[in-house]
Amino acid sequence: MSVLRDIGARDAAIQLRGVGKTFGSNTVLKGVDLDIERSERVCVIGPSGSGKSTLLRCMVFLETYDEGEIYVEGRLLGYSISDGTRKKDSEVQTANVRRNVGMVFQQFNLWPHMTALGNVIAALRIVKGMTRAEAEKIGREALETVGLAHKADAYPDRLSGGQQQRVAIARALAMNPSILLFDEPTSALDPELVGEVLEVMRQLASQGMTMVVVTHEMGFAAEVADRVIFMDGGSIVEAGPPQRLFSKPESPRLAQFLDTWKSRNASGSVSEITG
Amino acid sequence: MIDFTAIAEYAPAIGRGLLVTIEICAVSLVLGLLLGLGVALLARLPWLPLRWLIRSYIELWRGTPLLLQLFILYYGGPTFGFLPTSYQAGVLGMSLYTAAYLAEIFRAGFEAVPPGQVEAARMLGFTKLKIVRHIELPQMLRLVVPPTTNQMISIIKESAVLSVITVPELTLTTTRIVSETFVVVEPYLLLGLAYWSVTAMVAFGSRQIERRLVRA
Repeated sequence: MSVLRDIGARDAAIQLRGVGKTFGSNTVLKGVDLDIERSERVCVIGPSGSGKSTLLRCMVFLETYDEGEIYVEGRLLGYSISDGTRKKDSEVQTANVRRNVGMVFQQFNLWPHMTALGNVIAALRIVKGMTRAEAEKIGREALETVGLAHKADAYPDRLSGGQQQRVAIARALAMNPSILLFDEPTSALDPELVGEVLEVMRQLASQGMTMVVVTHEMGFAAEVADRVIFMDGGSIVEAGPPQRLFSKPESPRLAQFLDTWKSRNASGSVSEITG
Repeated sequence: MIDFTAIAEYAPAIGRGLLVTIEICAVSLVLGLLLGLGVALLARLPWLPLRWLIRSYIELWRGTPLLLQLFILYYGGPTFGFLPTSYQAGVLGMSLYTAAYLAEIFRAGFEAVPPGQVEAARMLGFTKLKIVRHIELPQMLRLVVPPTTNQMISIIKESAVLSVITVPELTLTTTRIVSETFVVVEPYLLLGLAYWSVTAMVAFGSRQIERRLVRA
């Protein structure tokens, strides 16, 4: 059985099997099953507290999960099973399993004591042991990709929120990931800065990057996602292509969630996501 | 009214006392800094007994007077077969006292680094050690310069209690001059000036370090 599972897993980028997670007496994930295919773009939406960020963080073991299994590129994440019991992996083992996964955070999490380029090349130098010249070449290319080559020497506190998030994306890209996870990447941004970050993400999507995006940007989800996942109460309530999900929601909870969203964004954007 | 010529002949003695104070403070502060940093780093290991041990050390050394700690080392040492010179007891006592305070400052400095920055590093494959070395330590050091300076200045002033265990430092030298000459005001004014000049240098140095660390 485990052999079959491993063979199946090799095709998918990330597989979740009955993933459950509890904080004390609060169950935040209830047996989530999900397959993220290679080059698939998945947007996860849902009300706050629905478990969508926790789900994303479990996919890279920044949060531990209590039940089920998560496979990253076919390998079990965070645990090893021996004699039928499972044991938590070391940090190094876990890092190895998720080495092709990059993460972009809501709060950017740039290191303030390094320049933009310094942030981008730090892991190349420190983790991969590249020379400064090698690392800087890759780093500058990554900054170019996000349109910030001219800000290479700027410290994060001299950059706008949108620029900081683009540097954070470049930092993830420099490690050449095959999967990129985004945890509400535009939620901490002023409205006028959201566009530039979404533009970079659109570009990555068009280049075939496997992306899982937790977001409140319905327009982006409608435009870019192959599949939208609606979560509520720690479960996936509904999933499907955005056109169907946004125009013909099956579950009352998704319908209600979309109605709330539409009434808050009344001016013109309704057609944007349903059309 | 104020006449420094009365104590002019004691100038070399005061100079020697000042040198002893500077030396003992420099050695103790450097040792305390290294020990405090070591303790703060060890306290980050996920090993509870070690944490409790470190916690007890910090609480004990921070919660009792330096003078008492020096008494126990210098006068109580022989009971345990430890026979330090006053100078050795002074350096040891001051170092342990300094380290306890600085470890606490460094701990707070480490905790001020946002956890998200550590998560970002973990996601890029940094090991725990590399995170400490490249992400946490540089930021922590920057944050702790002002409180560390405060603590150092405070400890330099507290070094005056070394006179009680007969370390021939500045305060002991000066009180001896006072009792020999019966001149009171001038020696004490000079004593104040001497301490202030040492602490002012430390404060100046700290501002230079801070300026260099805070870029952009």
